[in-house]
Amino acid sequence: MPDESTISEKAPISPEATFLAEVQQRSGETVSRCYQCRKCTNGCPLVFAMDVMPNQVMRMIQMGMRDELLRSTTIWLCASCQTCTARCPNDIDIAHVMDALRQMSREAGVAAEQKIVRFHEAVLDSIRRYGRMFELGMVGHYKLATLDLFGGAKIGIEMVKKGKLKFLPGGIRAKREVREMFERDQGE
Amino acid sequence: MEVSYFPGCSLHGMAAEYDESLQAVCETLDITLRELADWNCCGASSAHFLDDELAVRLSARNLTIADREGRELLIPCAACFQRLKHADKELRKDAARWVGQPYRGKTAIYHVNEFFDRPEHLDAIRRKVVRPLRGLAGVAYYGCLSQRPAKVTDSQAPENPTSMDRLMRAVGMEVRPWSYKTDCCGASLPLTRPDVVRRLSGKLFEAAEEAGAECLVTDCPMCQSNLDTQQADIKAEQGKQYNLPVFYITELMALAFGHGRVDRWWKRHFVSPTALLQSKGLWGNDHA
Ligand code: SF4
Ligand code: SF4
Repeated sequence: MPDESTISEKAPISPEATFLAEVQQRSGETVSRCYQCRKCTNGCPLVFAMDVMPNQVMRMIQMGMRDELLRSTTIWLCASCQTCTARCPNDIDIAHVMDALRQMSREAGVAAEQKIVRFHEAVLDSIRRYGRMFELGMVGHYKLATLDLFGGAKIGIEMVKKGKLKFLPGGIRAKREVREMFERDQGE
Repeated sequence: MEVSYFPGCSLHGMAAEYDESLQAVCETLDITLRELADWNCCGASSAHFLDDELAVRLSARNLTIADREGRELLIPCAACFQRLKHADKELRKDAARWVGQPYRGKTAIYHVNEFFDRPEHLDAIRRKVVRPLRGLAGVAYYGCLSQRPAKVTDSQAPENPTSMDRLMRAVGMEVRPWSYKTDCCGASLPLTRPDVVRRLSGKLFEAAEEAGAECLVTDCPMCQSNLDTQQADIKAEQGKQYNLPVFYITELMALAFGHGRVDRWWKRHFVSPTALLQSKGLWGNDHA
């Protein structure tokens, strides 16, 4: 686990008084209840790859460190495994707080892990078009969006050989109903 | 018995062998699966990563269909299961907000392990075994989303689930104890951060071997895929050679039930299970 001092060694902090309220409002979670027991961090399987530990995420929200947090890799590397949420003694759904932070980070255009953002956008694009996820189309869309045409190609080719990826998107009948869910969302 | 069935996108694509083996098992057990009419994708992790409200709406549409059909709902994919359970809780709180219509909320939602672990099914499973999988040692790997968080999944033992252990024993397997039943395999990161997935799944393989397992058994398509496809790359990256087949529990149930066409499924595995099964006398010329 990195030394806690690494946080303050980065850019100067300009705390934002409204950040805590905003995250609490968006996530519906009472982040202010966190008392830094670190149970979330101790159980998190992704800490080896994260730049900010989950308990630090909570503290940074309380302290209004919006910019640092929304630019962190942690919020995108969180795999939503729910271990922290299941164990927090203060009943904070930390994984759901991560969802809210990811969304705020993407809206602010500062997401650190662009590949992960593109991947999820490709999945949602497939659902918007067809009502379902079509793996090959989705993988193609993602590879183009990230120009990562060779990463993972070996496994991809094997998957096609084994008949694991679908070629032809058919889609569901109620495509419009699903598309409206996306539009309604943008309207809000 | 008739059950509503939500296969989800994986079982229609990547995890077709899970779909086919589940259908085979249900046929043997006289359970009729009725695929949910015109179901749509639940949004998996992508919808809640990028848009909370969309995530609930996508799952809610499927739930209203199941609500009309009025049967129990079986969801084999752990990610779909967790998303629909989450939306179910939201609809019970405020159906008007999400679907603008009443929601009876009487549908019991099951994932595969807990569904087959019910006493009546477990008895039927034991009775239908014609080829007990004696001598095959495996660990039960549940992964995250069929279990956590319990307030969503209603899991009775989220830190140490035992339903799949019982199913493995019911078909004659040797179940090895280990403490990695619900550790994360890397979830939706294999395309974007395969390094992370390899590190997490490598830890699972190491622990499985230490426990004396010859294979891993799961009921989650994302876990099966992450674990099955990464073993060759782990060798390239970490120099450790694993050769651990990763089975769906339903494939093993169908094998024990003497189902005739299991070989189709083995061909779809990256780590082929045929040598292991042959060495146990569970696979051979009489199956071809
Ligand atoms: S487990 Fe909960 S209370 Fe403890 S540090 Fe994490 S968020 Fe805070
Ligand atoms: S949900 Fe995210 S933060 Fe929580 S334990 Fe899992 S990976 Fe870590």
